[in-house]
Amino acid sequence: MHTLSIAALAEGLRAKRFSSRELTAHFLGRIERLDPQLNSFITVTADQALAQADAADALLARGGGGPLTGIPLAQKDIFATEGVRTSCASRMLDRFIAPYDATLVKKLHGEAGMVMLGKCNMDEFAMGSSNETSWYGPVKNPWDTGRVPGGSSGGSVACVAAGLAPVATATDTGGSIRQPAALTNLTGIKPTYGRVSRFGMIAFASSLDQAGVVAHSAEDAAWVLQAMSGFDPLDSTSVERPVDDLVAPLTQSIKGLRVGLPTEYFADGMSPGVRACVDAAIKALTEQGAEFSEVSLPNAPLSVPTYYVVAPAEASSNLARYDGVRFGHRAESVKNLEELYKKSRGEGFGAEVQRRIMIGTYVLSHGYYDAYYLQAQKVRRLIAEDFRRAFEQVDVILAPTTTDVAFRFGEKTDDPVAMYLNDIYTIAANLAGIPALSMPAGFSEGLPVGVQLMGNYFDEARLLNVAHQYQQASDWHLQRPEAFK
Amino acid sequence: MIPNGWEAVIGLEVHCQLLTKTKIFSGANTAYGAAPNTQADGVTLGLPGVLPVLNGEALQMAVKFGLSVDAQIAERCVFARKHYFYPDLPKGYQISQYELPIVEHGHLDIEVEGQGKRIGITRAHMEEDAGKSLHENFTGVTGIDLNRAGTPLIEIVSEPDIRSSAEAVAYLKKLHQLVVYLGICDGNMQEGSFRCDANVSVRRVGAEKFGTRTETKNINSFRYVQQAIDFEIERQIEVIEGGGHIVQETRLFNPDTGETRTMRVKEDANDYRYFPDPDLLPVIVTVEERERIRATLPELPEAKRDRFEQQYGLPRYDATVLTGEAALADYYEAVVKASGADPKQCANWVTTDLLGALNKLGKAIVDSPITADMLSGMLKRMADNTISGKLAKDVFEAMLNGEGDADAIIDRKGLRQITDDGAIIAIIEQVMAANPGQLADFRSGKDKLFGFFVGQVMKASQGKANPDAVNRLLKDKLAG
Repeated sequence: MHTLSIAALAEGLRAKRFSSRELTAHFLGRIERLDPQLNSFITVTADQALAQADAADALLARGGGGPLTGIPLAQKDIFATEGVRTSCASRMLDRFIAPYDATLVKKLHGEAGMVMLGKCNMDEFAMGSSNETSWYGPVKNPWDTGRVPGGSSGGSVACVAAGLAPVATATDTGGSIRQPAALTNLTGIKPTYGRVSRFGMIAFASSLDQAGVVAHSAEDAAWVLQAMSGFDPLDSTSVERPVDDLVAPLTQSIKGLRVGLPTEYFADGMSPGVRACVDAAIKALTEQGAEFSEVSLPNAPLSVPTYYVVAPAEASSNLARYDGVRFGHRAESVKNLEELYKKSRGEGFGAEVQRRIMIGTYVLSHGYYDAYYLQAQKVRRLIAEDFRRAFEQVDVILAPTTTDVAFRFGEKTDDPVAMYLNDIYTIAANLAGIPALSMPAGFSEGLPVGVQLMGNYFDEARLLNVAHQYQQASDWHLQRPEAFK
Repeated sequence: MIPNGWEAVIGLEVHCQLLTKTKIFSGANTAYGAAPNTQADGVTLGLPGVLPVLNGEALQMAVKFGLSVDAQIAERCVFARKHYFYPDLPKGYQISQYELPIVEHGHLDIEVEGQGKRIGITRAHMEEDAGKSLHENFTGVTGIDLNRAGTPLIEIVSEPDIRSSAEAVAYLKKLHQLVVYLGICDGNMQEGSFRCDANVSVRRVGAEKFGTRTETKNINSFRYVQQAIDFEIERQIEVIEGGGHIVQETRLFNPDTGETRTMRVKEDANDYRYFPDPDLLPVIVTVEERERIRATLPELPEAKRDRFEQQYGLPRYDATVLTGEAALADYYEAVVKASGADPKQCANWVTTDLLGALNKLGKAIVDSPITADMLSGMLKRMADNTISGKLAKDVFEAMLNGEGDADAIIDRKGLRQITDDGAIIAIIEQVMAANPGQLADFRSGKDKLFGFFVGQVMKASQGKANPDAVNRLLKDKLAG
């Protein structure tokens, strides 16, 4: 059952080949048996999952429910879930139980009827590219447990890649959906900023954070993304427009599709293994009728420094609320208020989070704001402008997702800048707010390689269409790690 | 009084709580006085993952204020985050406006000792209030009440155009009257709905440069504002004349001593690290929207005063008093309309009798035990001669004591005026018969005794005889 697509699972449930309870129990069983090797879950909600499965079964028996009813899903632990711990992988929120559900959680479980298996491990407060910063320990890559799964949605991708969940939610602030999806052979999509409500998603960098999904295929991703999209009056930055049908357009031909290859992304940095996969993908898409041309994104090289001003600035602000006063970790035996703040935050936050808070505080401080934050916002506008011009010429942009395959634990932990450069190909899409997707495109040294597609605002349907067509003609996305078959 | 050769430069920052039903960025209730933390939802508490959504009512109120002081309303304004750590600030930042506020470049005209003056309003911006730290009833710890956190405020910043505590108070009173008139603030200074920070500096007359200023925080009565400013002016002049210099600092006013004292000096002031709040998009107020709000503006105090002068022929003093408060003006107009009585007569009853009584009772016009209908009822009975002006005072007192409306009181107390000539003549004849000596004196030329006879007749009628009729008939009879 853990190798079936979402469409096949939905069909199986309706044909009564298995019940949602059986399906859910199957995944819970795999989690119990296999997750100790991966550490992809922080919290498993077995009882609640079975109860949701029973409710789904009852609904399906009455002929009700939608295409996702009764299908299990894993939630990144960044989304607030009523009554279930929401830790954001931080000691700060180790004992935090949200009194409410995130809008996305309501949509997927309350409305679409999906079953929540549990909460996935991640980098602390979504800060990291390797899933080594979690208070609950690192997540291992199912393709090689000596390697990282990528971050920050490391738990989400590891559990899906290993068949512990059919699909999982994830979030992407600078590449946290696409980079780990690429490193674990999944399809991951970060929709347009504002497409999916951020209400109930614990904020890292508000203007960049966007929720999305990681799945085995573009088709699976389309089903789930469609269910979690939509305007939310509780999120002022959510966009008021109807939810597009993401599933029907999947089958459209991509003949005549104009694909741009950004010069700046192909200049250097890509490993030969990645380069070979990207070239093969270009060839395959050309055979399907896509037409390639070069486009220029001249400000793309500025993405990483721009991101590492904007994201920490917003993070330092968003994380100010964790002060030990109302919720979260509170230090013991403190002498006064200032010590309560200092000790609670010093103990509650890990090193990477503290580093970014310090950077963010610095770039917003008096006298530096203009030089850093304001300047970064200007560059950010230029980056968005680059994309606007490019999309006048092409329908989608194709680029590598990562420079190389998954790296080994500890390889980059002592060098924050090397770690930050992991997101070099993915960050620009967040700065511009455009949708972007990573899809499996081959292997190098036996490890998965991803190719990235970026699209114009609200052009998710086209990205998924292109990925789906590619997946119709390739079988990279069907490969599963040997140890978790 | 400011000593010769010195001049004060004063700017005021007024925090005005907006009268919305719910908070500025969430649906939590704003009512005052609820049990601690019962009006604090996830947004108020700053729970992880929650997001602010602007309350459209708060925006409209801010625009209303801006329009009422002839200010520019920004077509695009931006909310910013102002960061500092404090236990009653749940998110670690306050959502406020910084570079692009909703209201800029307005003004308010004041009058001090008959002299008119225009005070510039630099800006007014929207922001959320913080919670409250509670120190009473706790030992060794501090309680936090977040009911007030997230209540919408506008902070109204004046230009440093104010030169004395008298001008400051006149400006504040005018502003207070205005926001209450607009229905955007309850103006309750005790509850902190309307509070003021005073920036004060002094300089030698003729000097162009401003002196170093101090900021005295959270003053919550007109009298305290006056005391605090006067104290600061005097203190600063003393320091400078003593060879010292003024330190830029934040001060607190102590109402018990009438003095201000240092709260924090500038060196340990916060770096607020303002930046645009990424959770809130810029707010766009279209020209249509602005004009739609303009159309909802009530008649403002000065316009109302001028109209009262013209429409009702009232002296400026009466018109000013009656339009001091929108509710009072409404009351007056209701009385004029319902009673059909002379507007000046109505004004006298309202400004003198009613306001005097309410003042004694410590009640506001909206809580007046005598409604506009009741007062009109009484005025009608005066007009149709059922009661005299003298009896009316008794009726008024009775109404004040809750004894019902004028007709009920007149009936129950038998206060109906005697207007029948025959009945009055009968009383006059009795009085003449009972006072033969005075009658003889009068007829021999002692005209002054006429008053004596009037008094006797009124007394014999228990005050009910119509005074005009008594006068007329007495003249006839006494002339014999």
